[in-house]
Amino acid sequence: MSAYELIRSSAADLAAKLAAKEVSSVEVVQAHLDRIADVDGGERGINAFLHVNTDEALAVAADVDARRAAGEQLHELAGVPIAVKDLIVTKGQPTTAGSKILEGWMSPYDATVVKKLRAARMPMLGKTNLDEFAMGSSTEHSAYGPTRNPWDLDRIPGGSGGGSAAAVAAFEAPLALGTDTGGSIRQPGAVTGTVGVKPTYGAVSRYGAIAMASSLDQIGPVSRTVLDSALLQEVIGGHDPFDSTSLTDPSTGLVAAARLGNVKGMKIGIIKELHGEGYQTGVENRFNESLELLRSAGAEIVEVSCPNFGYALGAYYLIMPSEASSNLAKFDGVRFGARTLPKDGPLTIERVMGATRAAGFGDEVKRRIILGTYALSAGYYDAYYGSAQKVRTLIQRDFAAAFAQVDVLISPTSPVTAFKLGEKLNDPLSMYLNDVATIPANMAGVPGLTLPGGLADEDGLPVGIQLLAPAREDARLYRVGAVLESLLESQWGGPILDKAPTLASTAATSGEVK
Amino acid sequence: MSTDATLSFEEAMEKFDPVLGFEVHVELNTATKMFSSAPNVFGDEPNTNVNEVDLGLPGVLPVVNKKAVESSILIGLALNCKIAESCTFARKQYFYPDTPKNFQTSQYEDPIAYDGWLDIELEDGTVFHVEIERAHMEEDAGKLTHKGGATGRIQGADFSLVDYNRAGVPLVEIVTKPIQGAGSRAPELAKAYVAAVREIVKNLGVSDAKMERGNVRCDANVSLRPYGREKFGTRTETKNVNSLRAVEHAVRYEIQRHAAVLDGGGTITQETRHWHEDTKSTTSGRPKSDADDYRYFPEPDLVPIVATREWVEELRATLPEPPAERRKRLQGDWGYSDLEFRDVVNAGVMDEIEETVAAGASAAAARKWWMGEIARRAKLADVDPVALGVTPAVVVELDALITSGKINDKLAREVLDGVLAGEGTPGEVVEKRGLAVVSDDGALQAAIDTALAAQPDLADKIRGGKIQAVGAIVGGVMKLTKGQADAGRVRELILATLGVEG
Repeated sequence: MSAYELIRSSAADLAAKLAAKEVSSVEVVQAHLDRIADVDGGERGINAFLHVNTDEALAVAADVDARRAAGEQLHELAGVPIAVKDLIVTKGQPTTAGSKILEGWMSPYDATVVKKLRAARMPMLGKTNLDEFAMGSSTEHSAYGPTRNPWDLDRIPGGSGGGSAAAVAAFEAPLALGTDTGGSIRQPGAVTGTVGVKPTYGAVSRYGAIAMASSLDQIGPVSRTVLDSALLQEVIGGHDPFDSTSLTDPSTGLVAAARLGNVKGMKIGIIKELHGEGYQTGVENRFNESLELLRSAGAEIVEVSCPNFGYALGAYYLIMPSEASSNLAKFDGVRFGARTLPKDGPLTIERVMGATRAAGFGDEVKRRIILGTYALSAGYYDAYYGSAQKVRTLIQRDFAAAFAQVDVLISPTSPVTAFKLGEKLNDPLSMYLNDVATIPANMAGVPGLTLPGGLADEDGLPVGIQLLAPAREDARLYRVGAVLESLLESQWGGPILDKAPTLASTAATSGEVK
Repeated sequence: MSTDATLSFEEAMEKFDPVLGFEVHVELNTATKMFSSAPNVFGDEPNTNVNEVDLGLPGVLPVVNKKAVESSILIGLALNCKIAESCTFARKQYFYPDTPKNFQTSQYEDPIAYDGWLDIELEDGTVFHVEIERAHMEEDAGKLTHKGGATGRIQGADFSLVDYNRAGVPLVEIVTKPIQGAGSRAPELAKAYVAAVREIVKNLGVSDAKMERGNVRCDANVSLRPYGREKFGTRTETKNVNSLRAVEHAVRYEIQRHAAVLDGGGTITQETRHWHEDTKSTTSGRPKSDADDYRYFPEPDLVPIVATREWVEELRATLPEPPAERRKRLQGDWGYSDLEFRDVVNAGVMDEIEETVAAGASAAAARKWWMGEIARRAKLADVDPVALGVTPAVVVELDALITSGKINDKLAREVLDGVLAGEGTPGEVVEKRGLAVVSDDGALQAAIDTALAAQPDLADKIRGGKIQAVGAIVGGVMKLTKGQADAGRVRELILATLGVEG
C-alpha cells in the first residue's frame, strides 16, 4: 500500500490490514510521521502538533510487529497510531496544556487513558495543540501559535481541541484523543469535517486530564469515521478506581452499535431551541438534509422543546470559570512548571506566585480565573454559582423530559462554519456563542457525537450534525451516527474529506523538525 | 518576647466570665492518606511518602479513603454525634505553599458527624457537659519550616523548607459549641476536654494520639464578657497548643491577657495567637475575621459519602468500652483508692500503668513508679510524665530487677538516669555502670569488719543487746560499698559477725 493510501485509511481498515499482515505498524506509523513532517510545520503549516513522539511511536510499532510475527494475540487496534491532546499527561513526552506556565514540564505519571493506549499497544504520534488549558473555541489561545483548518488555512480549526481535529482532518493521524468541557471535541469536529464524541460523564476516566471544570470535563475520541470513534471509546472507557466520578459500566457494545446499520422505528427529536435563528443558512440546510435522510431510513422525526437551554450558556460561564479558578490555583511556580520572579522588589512567596501567574497565563485563562474567583466570593456565591447550579438542574430536567419522548436528539453542532483566524479574538462573547449547542450536554452529563453533515452552500466549509443520547446510552449515538454517515457518504460518493483541498507541502519552509 | 500586660487570674475571674471553644484536629492512623494511596507514616525522610496526588500535580484526582471515613464515623459515634446519611467534601481555597493544590479538601456545609456531647470530669469530680457542634473530615497540610528571619514565619524568612509527607494525612476536626459557665475552672476544663478527646481517639484505635507528634492538636478559643451579659466578647484563637499542660496554660494566659486589655478600656483584636512554651505566653498571629473568604464550593471531583444506617450500626457495634467505664473497671482491677486513682488519671498515666501491668508488673509497683520517681522527674523537667521518655517496658524491667534483689530502690533511680541518658535498657545500664548490689558475702564481710573496727563502741553496744544501734553500722557499710549493698543482707551479716540473735 502506498503511504497516501495508508494515511487516508480509517483506523478500522488499518487494524484489518495489520491483522492480515498486509502492512506493518512501522510502515503505518512512518507514513503518518512523514505526513506530519510534510504538512504540520512552517509558517503555513497546520500546527496540529506541539510535540512529535517519533522514537517512541516507532519503537512501539516495531514491538507490535514483532509480537504479531511471533503469533501473539493482540488488541484489535494494536499498532494503529494515535495523537493525544496536550491536556492529557504522558510519561516521556512533555505536557503543556497549551500554556507557557507548563513549558518544559514532564509528567512523572501517565493519564489512565494513556495507560490504556499503552496496554492496547497503540503508538502515540505526539501531543496536539489546544487553546490554553482548553479555554477557547478556536485554538488561537494556545501559547504555541494557532492551529490552521485543513479546509482553509486562514480559518480556525475550532477549539479547544483544534489540534486533534485538524490532525485527523489533515491525515496526520487516524485517531486522536480530545477533551470536551463545553464542546471542545464536537465543535472542532464540526468545523473540520471530522467525527468526535463526548461520552457520558464518567464513562471515560479523567485521571490525568488537566482539569478545567471537573464537573464538565470528559475525554473522548476524535476520528474520521463513526466506527473508529466507537473502537477508540471501547479502548479508553470503563471504570477507573483513580477517578471517583467514573462509572462502573463496562465500555462495550459501542462497536456493535456502530455496525448495526439501521434506525428503523427510532424516534429522533429536533431540539426547537437549537436551530433556526442565529444559525448560518448553510448549516440549517445541511441539518434539514440529514433529517430527511434519517426519515427516509425509517426514523421518526419529532420536535421537542428544551426551554431552559437558553440559559445554558450563561450558567456554563459561571460554573466552568468557578471550577477552573480553583483547578488552576495549583499553577503557582512553587512545585512544578515555569517560575517567574518579580522584576523588582522583594522576593516573597506571594510576589513570586503572582509574577509566575501573570507571566505564565494568557488573557483568556486570566479572564476565566477572575470570573470564577468573583462568582465564588462570599456574598456572590448564591447569586452566581448557586443560581447556575439550579439552571443546571433545569437543563437536566429538560433532557429527561425530551428523552421520555425520543431515543436521541439532533441539532447542528455549531451555529456557524469555521471563521477566520483573528476574527473573534477580541470579542469573547461572540467566541463563546460557538458552543451554544454543545454546552447543554456537558451541563447534564449526557453523551454527544458530531459527524460531518456536508458543506455549507455559502462558503463550502464543513457543517457538523450533533446527536445527543441519555446518560449511559452512548451506543445509541454510534448506531444513529453510523447510519447517517453511511447515507450521507453514498450521497457524496465518498467521505467528506475527499472534498477537502490538497495540502501543499510545507516541509521546505519549516525551519525545524518537530 | 511578649510585653502584653496581664491581670492576675483571680482578678480576671472577679471581673469577667470566660467563654471557651475548641477545635481539636485528630490525625488518623490509617495506612494510606485521605485521598491518595501514599503511605501515612510519621517521621520518614521528608517528601518520600508522597505521590502525584499529594503533590497536586496537573491532572490528578482524589479518591476517598474508606478506612478514614469509618474512623470518622467511629469518632462521631464516640462523641455522641449524629452521623450524616449523606455528606460532601468542599474546597477551602487559599494560596499557601503547605497546601499543594492551593486549596484544602475539607467538609463545609455538611460534616459527617454533628450535634454531639461529652461529659468532662474535673479532678475534684465536677462534671461539665460540653456540646460538640461537628466533627468533619479533611486533609492535613504539608509541614513548613521557615529558616532565617526573626519571626519564624514565612514573612521575613530567608527560605522555607516544605515536607509534603504530612500533606493529605487524614484529619478529623472536632469543633465544640461555645462552652459557657466554666468560670475559674476554665483552664482545667480546657485541659480535661482535650485529654478526654485524646483518650477517646486513642481508645478507638483510630489515632496514635501523640500530642508531641501533632497527632492531636488543639486550637483554643477564648473570650471574656462581663458577668451577666449574654453577648460573647471578641475571641482569640490560640493555634496548635500541643500538650495538655500547654492547653491549660494557654487558656489561663489568654484569660489574664484579655482581662487586662478589657479592664484597661481596650478592645480585643479578633486574631489567631501563637503559644510559646518557653515564655508561657502568646503572641499575635494573623487577623481572623468571620468574613475570611475561602471561596468554599462543593468538591466536584468527589461524589457524596453515603453512610447507610446499616453501616453506621455495624460500626457502632465495634465501639470499644467508653473511657469512663473503662476507668471504673481499671480502678477495681488495680485496687486503688479513689484518691490514688484520681491522682493517676490526673497525672495522665492511666494508659501507661495499664500497659505496665499488662507487661507483668504489679499494680502497686506500676503506681509506685509512675506516680513516684517518674512523676517527680517530669515535674522537675516541666513536662507531662508521658513525655519524659520512660516506657512501660522500662518500668517492668526496673521492677523485676528490684524484686530479684539485683538492685535496690536507690540504684534503680540511677539506672533510670542511665536509661534516660540513652545508655540502653535497665539491664544494660546495670551492666555498663556496674550498679548491681554487692551480694558477695566476702566483699561485704570485709566492709563490715572495717565499719565495726571504725566504731568499736557501737559494736560493744550491739553485743550488749542494743540491736537498734545496728543501723549506724549498716549506714557505714553502705557508705563503704557506695550504696551497692543489700541493706537487709548487711544487717544479717553484722549481727552474725557480732554473735547476736536478730
